[in-house]
Amino acid sequence: MRLFMNRLFLAFSTVAAAIGLFFLGWILYTLCAKGLAGLSLHVFTHDLIEGGLRNVIIGQLIMSGVATLIGIPVGILAGIYLQEYGGNSKLTEFIRDLSDVMMSAPSIVVGTFVYAIVVMPTGHTSGWAGILALFILMVPIIVRTTDDMLKLVPVELREAGIAIGASKYHVTMNIVIRYAKAGILTGILLAFARVVGETAPLLYTSGSSEFWSTDLTGTFPSLTVSIYNLATMPDEEMVQLGWTGAFLLTTMVLIINLLGRYASNKTRR
Amino acid sequence: MTFKKALALGVLSLTMGAAAHAAKVEGTGSSFAYPAYKAWSKAYYEETGHQVNYTPTGSGSGIKEVSAGHVDFGGTDKPLKSKVLAKKGLIMFPTAIGAITFAYNVEGVSGMRLSEKAISGIMLGTITYWDDAAIKAENKNVELPHEKILFVHRSDKSGTTFAFTYYLSKMNKQWRKQIGAKKVVAWPSTNRIAGKGNFGVATAIKSNAFSIGYVDYADAKKNGLDMAIIENREHAFVKPTPGSFEAAATFADLDPKKDFYANIAYPPKGYPVVTATFALVPQEGENSKEVINFFEYALTKKNSLIEKVGYVSLPETVIKKIQGYWAQKGLK
Amino acid sequence: MEILFKKLTQLSASLLFVILAATTAVLYLSAKPAIEEFGAGFLFESRWGVEEQVTMDGDMPIGVTESGVELSDDDFIDDDDDDFISDDDSEAGSGSREIYGALVPIVGTIFSTLIAMLFSIPIAMGIAVFLSEIAASSIAKPVGVAIELLASIPSIIYGMWGLFYFGPFIANIFGGNTVSLLVAGLVLAIMVIPFMAALSRDAISTVPDMLKESAYAMGATKLEVIKDVVFPYAKSGIIGSIILSFGRALGETMAVAFVIGGVYQFASKVTDPTNSIPVVLANSFSESSGMSLSVLFYLALILFILSFIVIGAAKFYFLRRK
Repeated sequence: MRLFMNRLFLAFSTVAAAIGLFFLGWILYTLCAKGLAGLSLHVFTHDLIEGGLRNVIIGQLIMSGVATLIGIPVGILAGIYLQEYGGNSKLTEFIRDLSDVMMSAPSIVVGTFVYAIVVMPTGHTSGWAGILALFILMVPIIVRTTDDMLKLVPVELREAGIAIGASKYHVTMNIVIRYAKAGILTGILLAFARVVGETAPLLYTSGSSEFWSTDLTGTFPSLTVSIYNLATMPDEEMVQLGWTGAFLLTTMVLIINLLGRYASNKTRR
Repeated sequence: MTFKKALALGVLSLTMGAAAHAAKVEGTGSSFAYPAYKAWSKAYYEETGHQVNYTPTGSGSGIKEVSAGHVDFGGTDKPLKSKVLAKKGLIMFPTAIGAITFAYNVEGVSGMRLSEKAISGIMLGTITYWDDAAIKAENKNVELPHEKILFVHRSDKSGTTFAFTYYLSKMNKQWRKQIGAKKVVAWPSTNRIAGKGNFGVATAIKSNAFSIGYVDYADAKKNGLDMAIIENREHAFVKPTPGSFEAAATFADLDPKKDFYANIAYPPKGYPVVTATFALVPQEGENSKEVINFFEYALTKKNSLIEKVGYVSLPETVIKKIQGYWAQKGLK
Repeated sequence: MEILFKKLTQLSASLLFVILAATTAVLYLSAKPAIEEFGAGFLFESRWGVEEQVTMDGDMPIGVTESGVELSDDDFIDDDDDDFISDDDSEAGSGSREIYGALVPIVGTIFSTLIAMLFSIPIAMGIAVFLSEIAASSIAKPVGVAIELLASIPSIIYGMWGLFYFGPFIANIFGGNTVSLLVAGLVLAIMVIPFMAALSRDAISTVPDMLKESAYAMGATKLEVIKDVVFPYAKSGIIGSIILSFGRALGETMAVAFVIGGVYQFASKVTDPTNSIPVVLANSFSESSGMSLSVLFYLALILFILSFIVIGAAKFYFLRRK
């Protein structure tokens, strides 16, 4: 009887895994099949107004990139604070909790917040508003990974640094960070990957544009929002373009994730 | 660190390589007008390099955003009265005329005929099955399934909804009393789903069997949807074709003295569910002259472009009136 | 330098607090007009955007013509919020106000998430167990990596696939609409499975081999080991992963926006379309102003608080931070 239950359970578990993987495989297959069908050089050399994706891809990268650039110092510094200066006080734990809360906040709520403080007062959507929304989403991720990575640094390293008379600043920046570099880089890459795939926070902060633009003070093109718009068009061509965009987006995200894993694997000796 | 550097350099070079100064204009609103504005802005961009970025968000949004000064022009199918325009500091002019069709998805049934009685029943929720007597009466040579009618409407504040309910109000007393003409409606029928924008409704009809909804002709045609042949004001059954739209459009009274305010649905002849779509431009907007330039280009040079997509272009006489209107308002 | 550095780190850390506090404050302040107008009743009201006549007396109800037969053109046109932008004016003089209620989106949000949990938990657990206990490591490793990568697929992809492929598939099997509460719940489930599976797998892999081997040595079957050794040990991690997934599904916008239907009515059966809070937020911002905009912030606040509570619960279970 026990053996039977065991077999049953194992079978169930394997079937469950198969079901889950089946659906996920279906999605990937659809994405590749439909996305590749529309892939052509035209997509990369023309803007949305002419049936290409050039401006929205670049726009997405610009906004995510700038958000990351601003987020890196803030996130790392905050992570350093938590690990190096915070100790185990209640305040530190509290800030860690805050970081987790922010990480799990619905991205549409972040978009709503930025809409209220940037878009409404300025009266129009802008690339900067989008960047702010992405920044808020990504900082907690960088903070968390920096915090965790720094925790892994052996205490001896720090003590050795202090023993030879180096200042805390020096110890932290030149010794500790250097040691945790790869892990922190992973965190940055993962944070970048996460925001590059976001749609909801950009919907009403950066809006959508069919034209080439590098002017962050105005409505700014983004791949995700455009995919959303394209997919609901009755025009077959536009839907196809949406799939191509989705395929490119997913490829981008997966590559960045793989890079992150590669970097983190290098730390695990 | 090299990654960061590369990124920063990339961003910098892109900003450097930005195009020479070209006009950039933002518009939003009516999704009914979207196929037309898209065709026009594409041609405009190719010929002049000026960017006109129009996003279809519904007439309600168009009115709100242009009134608040968030965009350079708003698209709306629901016209605003002169005193409202004055209060908001806007000018208004029509840009095209189009039709709203009853697009439906019933397999094997093309060329469905719907009488006013049938339409009223479906809209008021009293007719719930496709094989209802009222529908069968006009479609005697077709096999209608015993399936529930799924009504597809708009989820957003829509000028198309306004124009459609305007038509319903004129056509049916009970609708007029109960609901009237609005951009957002609490629809009486219970079996229904919503789509965002004309395109959303078109997509929904396409993917749901036994559905019917109101979609502008351009989107229905693009989507390959079946469109019903409906009874018009003189009790003739009219197919939704550019010809029947034009016949209806001749009754439109577009008068610059009233800022072209007109609801043209349910005219004496022709296809009954027609509407004009309008552009709202701030009188004192900083880009208003650019907007006018765009529309002048569109109306005088590329008017026929939109006929391919399913609109009735404004007649020459009206365009002249519009140009006079612009001059009078100091924007030309 | 030393002090500057320390101050900088403190500043950055406190920024987190500032952002969170600012979000709460801004949402609350923007929602205030709606909160004052509708109060807590907002949570239980199911009508959305319905106009309610406020003035009675001799006013002709909108829509009725005098003569009854000959129509003069615009008698019945509902001059709604066209006459006023910020609709504080709308109450004065038009004689009607718009009623908004969050009940439909709230119910939709909760039920779509529950359906998602119902389907994702067994499958994610199955995958987690499969990867850590059943599969040979030559299979487990690549599949494990695949699962983690799948967890990073942007949610808009799930939405698109759901709209064009999965929705019709479900409608074929269960009847009903191609966009519905059921489809939304299932798409959410599929989206959340890799996430939950990866986290649970990590939790399960923390169980010391020694414990498991002792059990096996005593003659336990795999099922018994999993049931009585692995799960209890990894319980807090597993439950934490479930709660985090719940929170993620709760706030999901794009995967659901395509497939839930977007109608402000309850799904009388699970294959009916309905609405959810994130979808309402995604759809309505550009066309709302004044009270209707404030209502959206009220909704956002509700969602924010809901996910706050869920995360709090997860933290409680995840007490042990690795």
